[in-house]
Amino acid sequence: MRRVVVTGLGMVSPLGVGVQNNWERLIKGESGLRGITSFDVSDLPAKIAGQVPRGPTAEGLFNADDHVSTKDQRKMDEFIVLAIAAAREAVADSGWVPQTDEEREKTGVMIGSGIGGLIGIYEGSITLHEKGPRRISPFFIPASLINLASGHVSIMYGFKGPNHSAVTACSTGAHAIGDAARLIMWEDADVMLAGGTEAAVSRLGIAGFSSARALSTGYNDRPSEASRPYDKGRDGFVMGEGSGVVVLEELEHAKRRGAKIYAEVIGYGMSGDAYHITSPPEDGNGGFRSMRNALKRAGVDPSGIDYINAHGTSTPLGDEIELGAVKRLFGSAIETVSMSSTKSAIGHLLGAAGAVEAIFSIKAINDGIVPPTLNLDDPSDSCLGVDLVPKRAKEKRVKAALSNSFGFGGTNASLVFKEFK
Amino acid sequence: MSDIAERVKKIVIEHLGAEEAKVTENASFIDDLGADSLDTVELVMAFEEEFGCEIPDDAAEKILTVKDAIDFIKANAAA
Repeated sequence: MRRVVVTGLGMVSPLGVGVQNNWERLIKGESGLRGITSFDVSDLPAKIAGQVPRGPTAEGLFNADDHVSTKDQRKMDEFIVLAIAAAREAVADSGWVPQTDEEREKTGVMIGSGIGGLIGIYEGSITLHEKGPRRISPFFIPASLINLASGHVSIMYGFKGPNHSAVTACSTGAHAIGDAARLIMWEDADVMLAGGTEAAVSRLGIAGFSSARALSTGYNDRPSEASRPYDKGRDGFVMGEGSGVVVLEELEHAKRRGAKIYAEVIGYGMSGDAYHITSPPEDGNGGFRSMRNALKRAGVDPSGIDYINAHGTSTPLGDEIELGAVKRLFGSAIETVSMSSTKSAIGHLLGAAGAVEAIFSIKAINDGIVPPTLNLDDPSDSCLGVDLVPKRAKEKRVKAALSNSFGFGGTNASLVFKEFK
Repeated sequence: MSDIAERVKKIVIEHLGAEEAKVTENASFIDDLGADSLDTVELVMAFEEEFGCEIPDDAAEKILTVKDAIDFIKANAAA
C-alpha cells in the first residue's frame, strides 16, 4: 500500500489564526474561551464559547476579507470561510502548485463539517417567515451545504481530484483525514487537502446543545476555567468554532518535489457504538475498538505510542469512559504514555475538532513537547496513574501520537501519526 | 428620475463587486460585469427590496443590462 505523509498544515481556532500562533499559545497554556458578546445570551443556559477572534489583520485577528472577497462572502456560510482560510495556509505551507492537468486531477479535497450552515439556515428561516419565499437568496442552499467547503476550495485552486466531505459530527475531522489518506493509498489521488470546519456558535446552536445537556453551564463567570477535562468539577463541553486542514501526500510524490514532511499517517481506525444517539456505552467499547483498529493498522503496540490527544470534551460521563477504554487497551503501557485534551484550551470544535487536534498531535511529534490539559486541579479518582499533562506543557520525545474523536450517533475515529525520518 | 439610475448602479456595484467605471447603462450583467445566473436572481431580489416593487419571473428574465433594470423600475416602481 502506498505511504501517506503530511506536508502542509493550516488552522483557525479560538486561539487565533495560523498553526504556529495557535501552537505557541497552546503550549503557553492560554485559553481561547470567552463570554459570548456577538449575540444575546441572556436567556441561554451557556453564555460562553470558543469563538474565532475577529478583527483587523494588523492586530493578528481573523479578517474574512483576507481570504474571500466581500462579494463572495455573501455566497457562503461562515464555516466555509473558515475552511478556506485554513486551506490557504495549508496549501501555501505545502508549496504544492500542480502544473499539469494530470497533477490537478490527482489533487483532491475532503473537508467536512459536523453541522454546516446552521447560522444561514437559522437566518433563512426567519426571512422565510417574515418576508416570504421570494426573499430567500439563490445562494441560500449552496451557502449552507457541507460539501461546499470542499467545493469552494477546489474551485479556488483548480484541484480536480476527488471532491468529498465527511459528515460524522465530532469525528468529522478525523474521518476526513483518515479517509483522504486511504484515497491516496488507493491511487485515487496523489495529494489531498483534508480536514474539518465548524461555525455553529449561535443562539440556535447553543440552545440545541444546551437542551441535550451537553454544555458547561457552571462557569459562565469564569470562561477560561469552564473546559476542564478529567477534573472533578467538569460539567459539560464548551462550544468552539474554527477549522483545521492538512495537506496529505503520497510519500514518493512528496520526496520527488523535496517537500517538507511533518509526519506519516500510519494508522486509522473506525467503529460504531450501536448504542445511543448522544451517549457512549459505559464500557467504552466503541472508542476501544476504534483505537485498537488504528494501532493494528499502524502495526504498533500501545507501548509505541508516546502521546494521546484525547477526545476529552469535559463531560462528566464521556471523559471517564474514554479514559477507561484507554487504560484497558494500553495495559501497562499506560505508565509511559502522556494523554491530554486540548479542548481544555479551545473548547469543542465539533466537526473541526479531529483535524485541529491531529495538527496538535503532529506538532507534538515535531517539537518534542506535549500540550497541557488546562484546569486539571482535582483529577477524578480514575485518573490515578495516568499522565494527563495537567496545566503545563511538558517536554517529551514523541515518536508516535494517537488522536481520538468520538461523535454523536456513536461514530468513532482514531488516527496514528509517526515521526518521519 | 436619475436618482433611480444611481440607486440601481449602486446595487449592481455592491452585489457584483464590479468597478464603478464599468457599470454603465449599456453594461450587461453577465457579459460585462461577471455575473452568473444566480447573481442575476439575487440582483433582481435586491432591486425588489430597494424599490418596493415585485418583478415577475418573466420580466426578470428580460432584465439583462443596467438600462433594462432602470427602465423597468421607472415604469413600475412606487418609489
